Amino acid sequence: MIIVVGAGPAGIAAARCVLECNLPVTVIDDNPAPGGQIWRGEAINLGAAQLLSGTRVVAIDGRARTVLTEGPGGPRTLHFSKLILATGSRELFLPFPGWTLPGVFGAGGIQALVKTGLHVAGKRIVVAGSGPLLLAVAALLRRRGADVRLIAEQARPAALFSFAAALLTNAAKLKEGAGFAWTLAGVPYATGAWVEAAEAEGHVRHVHLRQGNRRWVEECDYAAIGYGLVPNDELHSFAADSEHVIPVPTGDVDLATLEGAAAGYEAAGQPRPSAKLERARRFGAVLARAFALDPELRSLPKSDTFVCRCEDVTLERLCGWDSFRAAKLHTRCGMGPCQGRICGPAARFLFGWQDTSIRPPAFPVRIASLVTTTLATNGETS
Amino acid sequence: MATINLLVNGRVIAAESGSSVAAAMLSSGITTFRTSVSGEPRAPLCGMGICFECRVTIEGQDHARSCQITVQDGMVITT
Ligand SMILES: Cc1cc2nc3c(=O)[nH]c(=O)nc-3n(C[C@H](O)[C@H](O)[C@H](O)COP(=O)(O)OP(=O)(O)OC[C@H]3O[C@@H](n4cnc5c(N)ncnc54)[C@H](O)[C@@H]3O)c2cc1C
Ligand code: FES
Repeated sequence: MIIVVGAGPAGIAAARCVLECNLPVTVIDDNPAPGGQIWRGEAINLGAAQLLSGTRVVAIDGRARTVLTEGPGGPRTLHFSKLILATGSRELFLPFPGWTLPGVFGAGGIQALVKTGLHVAGKRIVVAGSGPLLLAVAALLRRRGADVRLIAEQARPAALFSFAAALLTNAAKLKEGAGFAWTLAGVPYATGAWVEAAEAEGHVRHVHLRQGNRRWVEECDYAAIGYGLVPNDELHSFAADSEHVIPVPTGDVDLATLEGAAAGYEAAGQPRPSAKLERARRFGAVLARAFALDPELRSLPKSDTFVCRCEDVTLERLCGWDSFRAAKLHTRCGMGPCQGRICGPAARFLFGWQDTSIRPPAFPVRIASLVTTTLATNGETS
Repeated sequence: MATINLLVNGRVIAAESGSSVAAAMLSSGITTFRTSVSGEPRAPLCGMGICFECRVTIEGQDHARSCQITVQDGMVITT
């Protein structure tokens, strides 16, 4: 059985391509319904694929070719012939004074909440961070009646120019961009600008912005701040050396779909080269360069700013360690429920630590699941 | 969209069926979901099940991530 982890655009494309090759496929996804980040809440047809929703893969054994899952029916061990990891990405959050205040969301974070029912009509919202996602988010907020005060993009105009040039060669993206521009008419787009601090007692009421030497305050009800995407590659480290495991690089929806399809054909033993995929990869590389983070953002957190929000570990306490591992042992940074998913990538950017990815199990696991793993390793369950 | 009721900290709030518990709570004006280890109020950040800032008690289950759970009529929630 071919198993796909993740029912976002990449996993869905992979499953469809496996089916197209007349092979059975199982799709495992931890959300209540398929769709991943971008098709959240939409009706998805997975054809003859078996879908296990609300089920999370917590460990992989590349040698035994099994995955350990936790779902509605409790822990289970499933066998695979090939395993496709289409686990997508999450948002990168950079710590700054006030980023822990209620009302300060991720940019993709507020988008996900709006898609699951958050009302934003009449709310004054500052959108900030980096990447084309900010435009998509601001456009969605505006369509839902929010008063988008401004978009602060950290990339500088020179860097953005290469993005604009690449857009001109990509008709679909250009059309999408024109749509956003239309929806966002009148909303200021400040480049080389970022939120330095969010303030007020108990909830954000205003943010401090900076663009070069210019500093100003913007009142708001919500702030939506995200600095791009980080791949969810925690599972990859379990099976990095297994030839039966195919990790799918993620990107925007078009790239993810093409990468997923390529992985599906590969798993089915019928690889197909795709010129479209090569083009999408090149566009992805241009994006990554255009929106590369400004090193000045490293000075956003102050000594008393929490970097780890689970354990409330300040920047000051992290300075002086030379690895994420050492910082974890001495400060509990990354030891809370998110397991370093938020502070790990932030610490990597702030300190250059490379060892920020997660060791097995990839999520807090119930004891029952660990027992199942032990049994499975001993060959007592299947 | 059909409206249902949730009981949050003993108070009835209206929610649209199909929405997440986090979105329904925020839309009804609830701003604090949990208190951090140093005593700060916290609320949803990522909206996608990663950060655990939205965790509350739902139907007696502790540490439930409210952004990942769909509302049900009569659901009992405590922050
Ligand atoms: C918050 C956010 C908002 C975004 N908005 C946009 C947008 O507006 N436009 C755009 O083009 N791109 C957007 N992106 C980029 C987006 O990731 C891609 O467009 C697209 O969703 C990628 O598809 P994917 O299938 O690779 O990943 P995803 O859509 O993220 O799907 C991956 C799936 O795998 C599941 N999963 C992960 N780990 C496990 C596990 N261990 N066990 C079980 N299931 C697991 C996840 O829950 C998810 O359902 C956004 C990204 C984020 C993080
Ligand atoms: S808001 Fe991050 S886990 Fe729910």
